[in-house]
Amino acid sequence: MFCLRSCSRSSLFKLLSNSRSISSSCVDPNVGLTTDEIEYRDAALNFAKTELAPNMQTWDLTEEFPVDTIKRSADLGFGGLFVSPDYGGLSLPRHDGSVIFEALSQGCVTTASYITIHNMVNAMIDTFGTEAQKEKYCTDLSSMEKLASYCLTEPGSGSDAAALVTNAKKEGSKYIVNGSKAFISGAGATDLLVVMTRTGGKGPKGVSALIIDTDTPGISYGQKEKKIGWNNQPTCVVNFDDVEVPCENLLGAEGQGFNLAMHGLNGGRINIASCSLGAAQQCLEDVVQYTHDRKAFNQPLNANQHVQFKLAEMATEITTARLIVRQAARSLDAKEPNAVALCAMCKLYATERLFKVCDDALQLHGGYGYLKSYPVQQFWRDSRVHRILEGTSEVMHMLVARDLLKHL
Amino acid sequence: MSGLRVLVGCKRVIDYAVKIRVRPDSLGVVTDGVKHSMNPFDENAIEEAVRMKQKKVVKEIVVASCGPSQSQETIRTALAMGADRGIHVEVPAGTDANLQPLAVAKIFSKLVEKEKPDLVILGKQAIDDDANQTTQLLAGMLDWPQGTMASVVNASDGSLTITREIDGGLEDISVSLPAVISADLRLNEPRYATLPNIMKAKKKKIEKMTPDKLGVDITPRLKILNVVDPPVRQAGDKVPDVTTLVEKLKEKGHL
Repeated sequence: MFCLRSCSRSSLFKLLSNSRSISSSCVDPNVGLTTDEIEYRDAALNFAKTELAPNMQTWDLTEEFPVDTIKRSADLGFGGLFVSPDYGGLSLPRHDGSVIFEALSQGCVTTASYITIHNMVNAMIDTFGTEAQKEKYCTDLSSMEKLASYCLTEPGSGSDAAALVTNAKKEGSKYIVNGSKAFISGAGATDLLVVMTRTGGKGPKGVSALIIDTDTPGISYGQKEKKIGWNNQPTCVVNFDDVEVPCENLLGAEGQGFNLAMHGLNGGRINIASCSLGAAQQCLEDVVQYTHDRKAFNQPLNANQHVQFKLAEMATEITTARLIVRQAARSLDAKEPNAVALCAMCKLYATERLFKVCDDALQLHGGYGYLKSYPVQQFWRDSRVHRILEGTSEVMHMLVARDLLKHL
Repeated sequence: MSGLRVLVGCKRVIDYAVKIRVRPDSLGVVTDGVKHSMNPFDENAIEEAVRMKQKKVVKEIVVASCGPSQSQETIRTALAMGADRGIHVEVPAGTDANLQPLAVAKIFSKLVEKEKPDLVILGKQAIDDDANQTTQLLAGMLDWPQGTMASVVNASDGSLTITREIDGGLEDISVSLPAVISADLRLNEPRYATLPNIMKAKKKKIEKMTPDKLGVDITPRLKILNVVDPPVRQAGDKVPDVTTLVEKLKEKGHL
């Protein structure tokens, strides 16, 4: 099976001929990577530049969910990065995942982020699922024959995830699910959901995870939300009306659902932070070029020390954020005791600081930064939500503080 | 026609997106710490070989590269695209800048003796020296027919029909095998190296050799005297009408 390109390489040469790469500079994402990791990054970056970047702005305007392109990425192995090869996966460490998602985000943050969510769900089933569940679902997810969504948040509970009310009552060999999930990425276009439901009493211990096929009767979707970014990913409320789910679809044990959800989010936080890295890296590359080309007061913008210093700050923010993101990934791979707090730190630091890098890049573009014909505003809009989803920055503060205080 | 063995050449060159800087000694360009990748025309060459293998015309693809130790990365990319095994002819780092087409053609001629391929496919030129010589020199040394600047290649019993991109347009020729061809940009769209194939490629064999072992003298025959930046583009003149334009062109000797 080989993966054909949708965009011709000669047109790509034209696209790139005007942009020089600062990739060999101090902000080079290849710094610190092994030869293998560089190959993975190159493969992802190639796909990003050829398939994602040329379409990113159109997709944002038309709000098209580029299912074809997303499924083509599975041919490159991007459907099951963390899943066992027995189910079509590559069993890559989280560190390599971070490198790959950062590269994909340089092409399109929204598409790359969806791919991270799909991978998070696939990995959850691979980690906690029974043999039967893995055989039934993981192979199809790895090949992206089926696409997945993660359902935790509800209209009434986001940060306070354990307060969820969507319930699943056991009746014989089935669970009957009733309730609603909100802000679900991919909703309406995906085939499989992992849904956190209440099967027991209040609080986290009463939550169980269920794998639900979206063609099960009783599932309906709210109107597609109008967002300021992540526009080429549909986001909807998902309603469950007496949805019957076979008991074999319980993922993990009853009462384990909350742990499962949090476990998935640790990796998810590294992934989202990595997407912020890609956005900021591309913004920096674009603005370094822009401030070279644009003239004011008889000289290029980058002849001004203020501009030079601003670029230096942005480069330093990106490089330091990259360090904590990769460190958190290595920590999770090594199952270190502080991994959860480190994942929270990496999301907190990277998403906040790198959004400001995108903001600075927009400002340096002057009036052009405000126009939709320039990509910088899309990276800015798309990466804004990274400070909110998969755990707000405020929740990340809570997790880090909790880790510090527990050692008192 | 089936079961052919193809030898494909690839070269590690400075990536096309990099801003080239002339060395302070004006004898070359800066390569240290600069991003390198496979020569784009060589990607076309490998892609064509892989497509022929998928059509079952070709049975085995051997990819060879002459260069410093980092050339192995380029060979790995070729293996990830679908080549079966690699040969790395190692040349000490630093001397690789002076590895000229004549030397490379001699090396490949020895590799042909060793591997006995039915077809050799090279990229039409490298984007660093733009020489466009190796294919022709090699064909001459082997006394094999050549199909250069190929933009279409079709195989049929014991021969290939090739469409060449030439100054006047397109030329169709037929070459009998064994032959040497060089790939042009429009020959095909090179496939992505997928992650699973990159991982599989790690298990494929790369044989290491040196020019000495092959009995090839790679001493450069051409000496680089000076390398300079092209002149900075000058501002043009605006003219009010076509008559003035024609006058000016005649003045400057362009008409």
